Amino acid sequence: MIPLSWYLIFAAALFSIGLFGVLSRKNAVAILMGVELMLNAVNVNLLAFWRYLAPENMAGQVFAVIVFAVAASEVAVGLALVISVYRRRQSVQADEINLLKY
Amino acid sequence: MIYPLQVVFILVSAVTLGAALMVVTTRNMVRAALWLVLALFGVAILFVLLEAGFFAVAQVIIYIGAIAILMIFAVMLTRRIAQDPGPQLNSTWPIAAVIALLVFGLIVFLVQVWDRAASLPPPLPQGFAPLQELGVALVSADRYLIPFEIASVLLLAALIGAIVVAWERK
Repeated sequence: MIPLSWYLIFAAALFSIGLFGVLSRKNAVAILMGVELMLNAVNVNLLAFWRYLAPENMAGQVFAVIVFAVAASEVAVGLALVISVYRRRQSVQADEINLLKY
Repeated sequence: MIYPLQVVFILVSAVTLGAALMVVTTRNMVRAALWLVLALFGVAILFVLLEAGFFAVAQVIIYIGAIAILMIFAVMLTRRIAQDPGPQLNSTWPIAAVIALLVFGLIVFLVQVWDRAASLPPPLPQGFAPLQELGVALVSADRYLIPFEIASVLLLAALIGAIVVAWERK
């Protein structure tokens, strides 16, 4: 039997790794990959709380379904933005996309 | 007492976290995308351990089958060699590492002081079918029909938005 805390700590580690990726990577696609890792950690948490604390109440699973839909739309729009920026500036490095900076 | 499922959990989570670390540190973006596939697959196995089989299948189909492949396409479209000469991390990455470690430490602390963190999964009721319950919950007007429909409208809007943003204007 796996205690709930194992899932929570695993999800915290996965979330922190994704957060580090989002904050430190230069490549815009790599930043999106970090966001995917963070959303996966959230899903692990949601399903762990559903299974351990309220298995009769489907709210946790419904929330996980909606997180799936949001992740799919986020990555579609994000990659479209990356490709659009690449066409205009020939770069996907986040520190070179600074047109709005000044 | 060590249960077999605990061994499976430790192995899977170690592989997943290692793959996630490779995702955020590898230079080659195509390799990072393939490590991302491995990490997503590990999370799918954890969903199986949580008795959420539908989400394991959805994880493989949506994340690995669609999102990771889309990532690989984007990497190939935006870099000819998928590898940059300069450093892959920006200059403030030590601050990012400190913030990530702080978040991790804070969550672990909260888990340690929470009194229900050591709880074990209650047995599912006899004849309880989670997938059927989920399907009914998603289409019942008095339960989660409105959030579900809003999520589908969001998907449609994102689809149209992605096409419009990536459209090549002549």
